[in-house]
Amino acid sequence: MTNHWIDIKNADAILIMGSNAAEHHPISFKWVLDAKSRGAVVMHVDPKFSRTSARSDFHVPLRSGTDIAFLGGMINYIIEKDKYFKDYVVNYTNASLLVADAFGFENGLFSGYDPAARKYDRTQWAFQLDDDKVPKRDPSLNDPRCVFQLMKQHYSRYTLDDVSDITGVSKEDLVKVYEAYSATGAPDKAGTMLYALGWTQHTVGVQNIRAAAILQLLLGNMGIAGGGINALRGEPNVQGSTDHTLLYHLVPGYMAMPIADWQTLADYHKANTPVSYDPQSANWWQNKPKYFNSLLKGWFGENATKENDFGYGMLPKIEKGANYSYLFLFDRMYQGKIEGGFIFGLNPMNSVPNSNKLRKAMDNLDWLVTVDVHHSETTDNWRRPGVDPKSVKTEVFLLPSAHRLEKDGTVTNSGRWQLWHYKAVEPPGEARTFGDMLVDLMNKVRTLYTENSGAFADPILKIDWPKRYDADEMARRINGVFTVDTKVKDKEYKKGQLVPSFVALADDGSTSSLEWLYCGSYTEEDGNKTKRRDPKQTPMQAAIGLYPNWAWCWPVNRRILYNRASVNLEGQPYAPNKAVIQWQDGKWVGDVPDGGWPPMATGEGKHPFIMTVHGFGQHYGPGRMEGPFPEHYEPVETPVKSHPFSKQLNNPCYVSVSSDMDILAEPADPRYPIVLTTYNVTEHWCGGGETRNVPNLLEAEPQLYVEMSPELAEEKGIKNGDGVIIESARGRAEAIAMVTVRMRPLKIQGKIVHEIGMPFCFGWTTPGSGDSTNRLTPSVGDPNTSIPEFKACLVNVKKADKLTELA
Amino acid sequence: MQLNRRDFMKVTGAGIACLSLSQLGFDLKPLKAYAAELKIAGAKEVISVCPFCSVSCHIIAHVKDGQLVSTEGDPDYPINQGALCAKGAAMLSLTRSSHRVTKPLYRAPNSDKWEEKDWGWVIDRIARRVKESRDKNLQLTNTKGQTVNRLEHVFALGTSHMDNEECALTHQAMRALGVVHMDHQARI
Ligand code: SF4
Repeated sequence: MTNHWIDIKNADAILIMGSNAAEHHPISFKWVLDAKSRGAVVMHVDPKFSRTSARSDFHVPLRSGTDIAFLGGMINYIIEKDKYFKDYVVNYTNASLLVADAFGFENGLFSGYDPAARKYDRTQWAFQLDDDKVPKRDPSLNDPRCVFQLMKQHYSRYTLDDVSDITGVSKEDLVKVYEAYSATGAPDKAGTMLYALGWTQHTVGVQNIRAAAILQLLLGNMGIAGGGINALRGEPNVQGSTDHTLLYHLVPGYMAMPIADWQTLADYHKANTPVSYDPQSANWWQNKPKYFNSLLKGWFGENATKENDFGYGMLPKIEKGANYSYLFLFDRMYQGKIEGGFIFGLNPMNSVPNSNKLRKAMDNLDWLVTVDVHHSETTDNWRRPGVDPKSVKTEVFLLPSAHRLEKDGTVTNSGRWQLWHYKAVEPPGEARTFGDMLVDLMNKVRTLYTENSGAFADPILKIDWPKRYDADEMARRINGVFTVDTKVKDKEYKKGQLVPSFVALADDGSTSSLEWLYCGSYTEEDGNKTKRRDPKQTPMQAAIGLYPNWAWCWPVNRRILYNRASVNLEGQPYAPNKAVIQWQDGKWVGDVPDGGWPPMATGEGKHPFIMTVHGFGQHYGPGRMEGPFPEHYEPVETPVKSHPFSKQLNNPCYVSVSSDMDILAEPADPRYPIVLTTYNVTEHWCGGGETRNVPNLLEAEPQLYVEMSPELAEEKGIKNGDGVIIESARGRAEAIAMVTVRMRPLKIQGKIVHEIGMPFCFGWTTPGSGDSTNRLTPSVGDPNTSIPEFKACLVNVKKADKLTELA
Repeated sequence: MQLNRRDFMKVTGAGIACLSLSQLGFDLKPLKAYAAELKIAGAKEVISVCPFCSVSCHIIAHVKDGQLVSTEGDPDYPINQGALCAKGAAMLSLTRSSHRVTKPLYRAPNSDKWEEKDWGWVIDRIARRVKESRDKNLQLTNTKGQTVNRLEHVFALGTSHMDNEECALTHQAMRALGVVHMDHQARI
């Protein structure tokens, strides 16, 4: 989230799209209702009517996978009707920047596409630079090559007729949402967008969110109270685990994983440190070498020296463009190319697409370590239904892990608050924390490498690794310490003392930090700030529900990101009644500003979007794989053969794997005419491995069901409560039919398209509850993130003669 | 008039509840009986965070004699203000679930059952399997002769259930081993 949970209450309009907040983030909804009680309009755009819809001012059903068409239509509406916030757009976004002539768009493709590689040459999307290498701008927004004009032209194609035709949303409903939301283009009005996996789990997931960003920038909704792009993140510490980056393509702190072409530390920095020649651009990532070198210092301690590139040479390097995400891992496993591995607190046999293939792939492992609180479809895959355990060669370990109440440490909520939780009781039996196990295991590996020869032991023996796990000690290492006596401004710090903030991190080896964004969370001056429980606020902070003294928030305790975009060039808030920051008597008051520079009008200010090279919010995003503007493409499995915007049916860059088990339906496949979307229920968490083991939660939601409209049910001769079979090109699942008007047939291109919805939290280890819905979903993913397309695929449904998975 | 348990305790703590409530005509017998049985009387309050969605509601755990006796929403926490959804409210049963795995388990190749093992044995065994796989498969250079030090044959998945402190360690350990197949819930 660019903002935070409580801040939702400051919105004048709330667009919930790709999320069912009331059921999946129930307590967040407290703040949605708070806003509503004070006059905010709440809109829910989602294929299914849910409790979120029931509490909204209106619910608008749309076909899964057509969000860009819906949002593109709104961009068009705002520009056509002059609803955008002109000053904001000119001063704070890249709307006025001029784009070089190489950029173009034709027939659904941007310039630079290589069909064989399914990739773009993104250098063709560059900006025009002046002689000082600063982007050229036209503040009048009239130049035909300025971003604003290109954007206007691009989205002029998204007419109400065409958008309605492909999304299944009536024109009246489109206008209702567009009008209500675009009213937040007034300088003192705020609109927030709340989304979740309903936006990300598509082959156009990233561009769904880009489209939202464009809208928020047009309406001046970024950086303000009650605004922002707010991902309602799903899992307990998924914000923190992303920040610390349990992902193949990054290292902690959103820095690139080294690739083979960057053999030295200098190569790495040259390739990854952006340069801006605009004195008004803060270009914050120019500091990356300080953060990266401090990370290396944190990893390798005394063994990281200037002479050895701080240990950079010891790190693994991946090939440029290589993909090591789930889809590709399990595909390689299926091909027998993976030997063993670890699965910590995760149930991929239920929660990753094409489960039938994955379950078979796991049989090819020689060894597997699972770590969990319960048995799950993953830990016990070797004895799954229909498989003789004697035929499975894998050596499997199941290590019992401690639960939340059984350990100390921090998690980071969706609003970036880092929160300490205290150990209340001992773990049951011999269960232990992940930290305990991992520290012991690695120490054992280190001993083996000390006592025996082995392949390239250096990185294993040279890491700065603790003897035993201590959350407090780790919190200090994450914050970072000085490795030599240092003076920061007038203050002396001794070697080993905590670094007060990431501004003090250095690239010369004098500081260490395992995550630069968390630097400042634990200081000599204030101790462990994640433990703070002080509700103290100034009246200005109280007016917008800002709690600067409660816990701590990254970065530097800034609660609303890009908050300098909430003020005019003089530093005065656009919305004085809900000001985030304000320039008063030569200093900023309110939230921690995004950099302490004075207001822009002084001539010494910096553009507010400090994490982008040029300092502007990006309508035009030349860094994305499939184009600088979001464009509508159909899901890979789509019920239509064509769409009105171009001849390019699917995302030209989507990623996929191919095996005999990765079968896809044809566009408008008569065998699979129904769209399936998936979701969860309030009582179960993700794959359900944990919550199915809690009797009261299982009692509330005991069994896999499928929601379908009465119209579809009648067509198929299905009654409410019947057992049914759902089939896709990849697999089948049994479910109980829930015939309900919550699902609506949609009129697409003049024809009725049915959509059904299923939760994915049930699995065979809970007898009679049903089995993985993801046996139906495909292994295709977004080209930027490789997030699979869980939210739209093609199926058919029929009444079951007999049920075996459901009791 | 509604009286929640916290208010009730506050009032009784002030020693005036019986008088004022009986004057209002309440039958206090059930309340008194309830008070006598309060599981949390004398328990220590420990602050924790719901282990499910990223609203991260705060939870107060009540601990008596080392045992968890109750959990409830933290009324002081400004985001959830004491409220919890079904999952957060199930914290007690979740923690005390009889389905928890409480011993390291081992399933030998081609076996049809789990066996209980002690920690020393499993850690040793896993460490050896890791070393074996790494020694056999670590790729030091690519086809272009560039140094790559990567181990593609071993993977690590998960987890957003880890604390930040545990995530940092996991990343450090896996990169030291050369692991590149690394992924977790953030990508699904
Ligand atoms: S109680 Fe419910 S809303 Fe609150 S963090 Fe837990 S799962 Fe999320």
